[in-house]
Amino acid sequence: MKYLDEYRDPAMAHDLIERIKDLSASINRKTRFMEVCGSHTVAIYKAGIKSLFPNLDLISGPGCPVCVTSSRDIDQIIRLAELPGIIVATFGDMIRVPGTTSSLQDEISRGAKVSVVYSPLDALEIARENQAKKVVFLAVGFETTAPTIAATILQAEREGVRNFSILSYHKLIPPAMKALLAEDEVRIDGFLCPGHVSAIIGSTPYEFIPKEYHIPAVIAGFEPLDILQALFMLLMQIKENRPAVEIQYSRVVRPEGNPGAMKKLWQVFQPADATWRGLGVIPESGLVLRQEFAHYDASLQFDLSVEERADPPGCQCGQVLKGLQRPTDCPLFGRVCNPQQPIGPCMVSSEGSCAAAYKYGRS
Amino acid sequence: MCIAVPCQIVAIHDSTAIVEVGGVRKEAWLDLLTEAKVGDYVIVHAGYAIQKVDAENAEQTLRLLREMLEREGDNQ
Ligand code: SF4
Repeated sequence: MKYLDEYRDPAMAHDLIERIKDLSASINRKTRFMEVCGSHTVAIYKAGIKSLFPNLDLISGPGCPVCVTSSRDIDQIIRLAELPGIIVATFGDMIRVPGTTSSLQDEISRGAKVSVVYSPLDALEIARENQAKKVVFLAVGFETTAPTIAATILQAEREGVRNFSILSYHKLIPPAMKALLAEDEVRIDGFLCPGHVSAIIGSTPYEFIPKEYHIPAVIAGFEPLDILQALFMLLMQIKENRPAVEIQYSRVVRPEGNPGAMKKLWQVFQPADATWRGLGVIPESGLVLRQEFAHYDASLQFDLSVEERADPPGCQCGQVLKGLQRPTDCPLFGRVCNPQQPIGPCMVSSEGSCAAAYKYGRS
Repeated sequence: MCIAVPCQIVAIHDSTAIVEVGGVRKEAWLDLLTEAKVGDYVIVHAGYAIQKVDAENAEQTLRLLREMLEREGDNQ
């Protein structure tokens, strides 16, 4: 397929791997790079890149939107599903995430109405078809997803659909990177920045990384050659001591991102503090609906108050999301916790580090 | 949630495109990429086209990468 096969060329990959090995060996210490995108996590495991380089430590960060959703938010979602007259519309990954006492899947077996959708527009369609019900879409995702939900809300407004609303659990990536860098225990020598978040926000929001923390950041694509080239670019920056934001995935990411999509995003949402699993509250790292669109805010329409409870006992998702532990370091990994019976969200989502480590079997 | 696979636009009606990838056709909304044209390759996320794939840039990146690897090969 076009734009895929040429980025999987085995001969070029082989040459690049050799170059990366030489380059990383010439830097006199072990280098730690973090990817902050679930699709990168999966791509890295799948291509077997994780364990290729003895001098490179590739760690996963908080790049899976479902995984970073807090236990309290999951409990709120369960609470919503229990209410009469509600249809919950969601991306598939949310269905099996365990809350404190149940999951959406458990609620379905108790009679809750939950629809898995591929696009927020499908949720709007369900609202049009079920006028007597209230359809609530679970808005989980990063900057790639937020504009699609903003556009759907603008569409709902144009059509005057009133039985549609959202729970906004959106998260923003650059504030999370900033919070990670500010933590003393986390050591990162460079970031592999998410390709499709950057397709929307562009490269400028990452400028603080080289400026304030003097480490490189490279926006990467998702094919094996993309990731290898991005690793090479990160190492070159370290070798030549010139930390900067560079775009490897330049066939899709422009420095200015997608200004039209950003305009829609900010027309509908405004930044707000948000709670991340493992990372706690990060200032201005979430999105809430602006006052003009408050009638689409399900959290204002329904009583979703839940008790504050801890994350599942023994689950190391929080540490995994910060890159402080590998999935295989978790005592529950593979035995008690597996994709059939997940304990934490990192084992549920197809983009979660634990699910990827389990599926591709490499640490 | 994210399909990283570039899809080609084969038709556009109002703000909806028909895109094709690997012989499969589906709809993609163009509200976030109003400048997209028939023939363009686009990235589709949650039903919306979010960015165009720049054909010239794609070729150039690969060419530069190939040149770099060859150059290094000669040095060894
Ligand atoms: S293996 Fe399971 S219990 Fe352990 S961190 Fe991952 S999701 Fe949590």
